[in-house]
Amino acid sequence: MSLRAPLARALNHGAAHDGTHHWMVQRVTALAIAPLAIWLLFALLSLPDSSYATAARWIQHSWNAVPLSLLVLLASWHGWLGMQMVIEDYIDTFLSKTALLLLSAFVFALLAASGVYAVLRVALRGVP
Amino acid sequence: MAERPLSPFTKMFGESGYRWAYTMTLSILHRVTGVALVFALLGLVVWLIGASFGPAGYQALLPLFIGVPAKLVISLAVIALIYHFCNGLRHLAWDMGWGFERAAARRSAVLVVFLTAIASSVCILLLFHGSAP
Repeated sequence: MSLRAPLARALNHGAAHDGTHHWMVQRVTALAIAPLAIWLLFALLSLPDSSYATAARWIQHSWNAVPLSLLVLLASWHGWLGMQMVIEDYIDTFLSKTALLLLSAFVFALLAASGVYAVLRVALRGVP
Repeated sequence: MAERPLSPFTKMFGESGYRWAYTMTLSILHRVTGVALVFALLGLVVWLIGASFGPAGYQALLPLFIGVPAKLVISLAVIALIYHFCNGLRHLAWDMGWGFERAAARRSAVLVVFLTAIASSVCILLLFHGSAP
């Protein structure tokens, strides 16, 4: 006989409290990033030069600004989930583990926000 | 204390651990390239921030991204990206229940290494011989 409540078993969340959510979000973000990452790789490799005008004109084009913002956002999310797993696997001390988990969460939030802000700032400035 | 055999989970390799198989190397490389790609993302965001500062700010940050040393670092990021992409697709296939048998997993491992080598070489050639300095 199990001592677990029927509701707990139905939700299947156990001691981690989030069940398969972390795993699932990691896969969904991976699926979304896959085409965006390949697009970015080829887009950056085919930029004609490294001048400001070329970079700004490329970033501010709607067909680039939207996927670029999405990529920065989703890659930060996916990276955060991945780093979380790496830290949980290799850092044993409770204090250092918690500190690193919080630090990485804040760093990824900062990366996502500054990346999207930078894209918008270029995109809304107008053609150079 | 008496020396007792440890669980394979407390001792990965050696007498009581696992026998090395090359699929293990691919597995740890997925993590290594994942962590490396965090720094690639950081590089991308720094480039975007540079562009958002206008021509002067962009020119100030540009030395970080041009020249041979920068291109070597970018090449490593390209290899990490392509490897993580190919091996990530392998992981997604496993999650669907495809190719998880030992023989299939070993075949797909070889395929991932092969594809990474080919695609990275093409991209790195483009990087060094493209028109951008």
